[in-house]
Amino acid sequence: MKKWLTLILLAGISILSCEKLLPPTPAEDELLDGPVPGLSGEQNLRFLEGDIAFNDEVFTPQTGLGPLFVATSCGSCHAGDGKGTPFTTLTRFGQTDSTGNYYLHLGAPQLQHRAIPGYTPEALPPDIAFSKLTPPANTGLGYLDLVSDADILAMADENDTNGDGVSGIPNWIKLPGYVKPRAGAVIKNGRHIGRFGKKASAYDLLHQTASAYNQDIGITSTFEPFDTYLKQEVEPEVSNQTVLDVVFYLQTLKAPLQRNPNAPDVHAGKELFTQIKCAACHRPELKTGDSEVAALSNQTFYPYTDLLLHDMGSALDDGYTEGTAAPAEWRTPPLWGLGLSPNSQGGRFFLMHDGRAGSIEEAILLHGGEAEESRNLYKALQASERQKLLAFLESL
Amino acid sequence: MNKYVYAIICWPIFFAQTAITQSDSTAWLQRVTADTSKPQLNMDAVYNRPFLQAGKMPVALGGYVESKVEYLRTDGISEGWQFQMQRMTLFVSSSLHHRIKFLSELEFEEGTKEINIEFASLDFQFTPLFNLRSGIVMNPIGAFNQNHDGPKWEFNDRPLSATQLLPATFSNVGLGIWGKIARQDWVFAYEAYLTNGFDQQIIENNENKTFLPATKNNPGRFEENFNGVPLFTGKIAVRQRKWFEIGLSTMQGIYNKFEEDGLRFDKKRTVRVWAVDFNLSLPKTQTSLNGEWAWVSVDVPGTYSQQFGEKQQGGFLDVVQPVLKGKMLGFDNAVLNLACRLEYVDWNVGNFKETGSNIGDHLWAIVPAVSFRPSAQTVLRLNYRRRFQTDLLGNPPALTGGFQFGVASYF
Repeated sequence: MKKWLTLILLAGISILSCEKLLPPTPAEDELLDGPVPGLSGEQNLRFLEGDIAFNDEVFTPQTGLGPLFVATSCGSCHAGDGKGTPFTTLTRFGQTDSTGNYYLHLGAPQLQHRAIPGYTPEALPPDIAFSKLTPPANTGLGYLDLVSDADILAMADENDTNGDGVSGIPNWIKLPGYVKPRAGAVIKNGRHIGRFGKKASAYDLLHQTASAYNQDIGITSTFEPFDTYLKQEVEPEVSNQTVLDVVFYLQTLKAPLQRNPNAPDVHAGKELFTQIKCAACHRPELKTGDSEVAALSNQTFYPYTDLLLHDMGSALDDGYTEGTAAPAEWRTPPLWGLGLSPNSQGGRFFLMHDGRAGSIEEAILLHGGEAEESRNLYKALQASERQKLLAFLESL
Repeated sequence: MNKYVYAIICWPIFFAQTAITQSDSTAWLQRVTADTSKPQLNMDAVYNRPFLQAGKMPVALGGYVESKVEYLRTDGISEGWQFQMQRMTLFVSSSLHHRIKFLSELEFEEGTKEINIEFASLDFQFTPLFNLRSGIVMNPIGAFNQNHDGPKWEFNDRPLSATQLLPATFSNVGLGIWGKIARQDWVFAYEAYLTNGFDQQIIENNENKTFLPATKNNPGRFEENFNGVPLFTGKIAVRQRKWFEIGLSTMQGIYNKFEEDGLRFDKKRTVRVWAVDFNLSLPKTQTSLNGEWAWVSVDVPGTYSQQFGEKQQGGFLDVVQPVLKGKMLGFDNAVLNLACRLEYVDWNVGNFKETGSNIGDHLWAIVPAVSFRPSAQTVLRLNYRRRFQTDLLGNPPALTGGFQFGVASYF
């Protein structure tokens, strides 16, 4: 009888402690995925459809993968919607100036270095300019998409008229036929302002998504119908609906939330960030315009970017470029979510455009060109001040 | 497909007749029992099952049913309460001659989502050491694939290494030989089969990993060998009757379509599996330990993606300790067990070419359990599962935890 009572007691304790034995939800500010707050029920459904297409749909040769490819799914390169790693890094090659890419016949601009069984992947032509590009985080893209061209141009200072050593120019790109210019778009010599990608060579999220399906996974769509292997137009391998679901998903992914913003070190680090002029390019605050998604309309957000190109110096000049960007020019990457990068990069940092920096400090020290003064000011800080600045950056 | 439809239609009719017969004259029916909680050699598991036999009819029937309810949560997200009919399996065996036997196993998984003939073989015994088996055979890789009946286990889920690394239950059309020989307290056994084999889905699948179980998605694998090359499966095992059994097994084959219509388009690419399994009983404490470990090696094209591992490994260890035996809740020979399973699967053993760092894509789990056996052939089991799954890049693991309660019984 005693044994039974003991067992019943143990069972009771187990049941009472059930909740504690179930894994809790991680804090919201520790996650990059999840929708922007305030979506309607039907918008949540669309978000979920896009989430499944983005994170769960794996392409196989039977469903259109390749024959040449870089990754087998969207989620392969953006684990948890965060940054990628050298394993998922892209290589683009062939273009050295704004006149265009003369190696399209050899597979440019993007190297498909993997192939399904039985096929031979592409190889870089000898002595050609190329860049390796680590996948960026996806979070908050919908906010960036809604910054008006006018606001971007207001941050540009092509001739450095204010004399701060920071110029900042847009990448003027040609739009593919399926991309519709946004309301209030500014056009210069038939070109539009790009804002997505390391060189800001993608105009909007549809442009980015359709290109990625095609160039990264080898999936054709009505938007990008040319097969990267055959170099001819073939039947769509993904539906318009799926592409648009993914676009909606990217559009409505939440912005990363800053952790411990009121911690003294974080607060002091933020002031140092402005003081050493990092904020000249990594603009803390931007605003969205009108959107069909009410939750995104006319919002103030904190991405720490100006969406402009800046000359980053010879050390970051790979010789390759896109659009009207010069080879040494890179779009200011948003810093939001920076501290969570290791959660998608295998517990390590792979920062800068090609993941060459293994820490935030290393990334800062790789800044040159227009950012050289900020780098030198950082080096001149006392150790404790540097720690505060790093604490701030890790809180983003 | 027609054969499945036929099987589905015929089974209930056959069983209805049996049930009527049973109510009219139960004395005519004999239950051929087997103590399924104490297996003999793992290779004997297909015959070591309770059957119902009508008089002296040469045909015996049996089967088992397995269902569960679970509540699991992964990183705070739950699918809620899930009630699952995991499987219902029907056996038919017949003795055509005292040295010619037929046994079949028809399995309905998750309702009728999957219907499989898991086993349907004719055994011809020439000597105990030399038997010919032909039909749909269960490839004897590891122990679980041979000895997988739900009522034999104290856990609601099959071991992850058996179902997510190895493709248990894995059976194919083929033929081979098996035999065993006993010397005092020792039994030695072997099995060797040639069967249809794997196909390219093991590296072309929605799992985004090298995944041997994906080959089971090929509905034509019981009628056509994907590449014409037989898969070899072999096992040797030794059992000390009172204490333990240990087995060593292997599968070796070609998984890709390397030529068709006389046209060659790739080299032959191998899939190799090695497994060791053991079970051990400690007579003094009546503790039983049961485990297996498998290594998989797949010749993945170097130009494909490292997402698809060339080497994999994994296994499990079950420890079961009876804590109460005797009359409980009105059952005369009931047993209450405490048990625990440890399991691990690494789908991609190796390092990234780009960084030299370790490739993730692995999981481990611990499953404490309480099981109650009102009889040897029936089990009620309560499990707590805690699983840590790391993605390919080695990011912080997804943590799953939750409870499962289920029943399994032969009938």
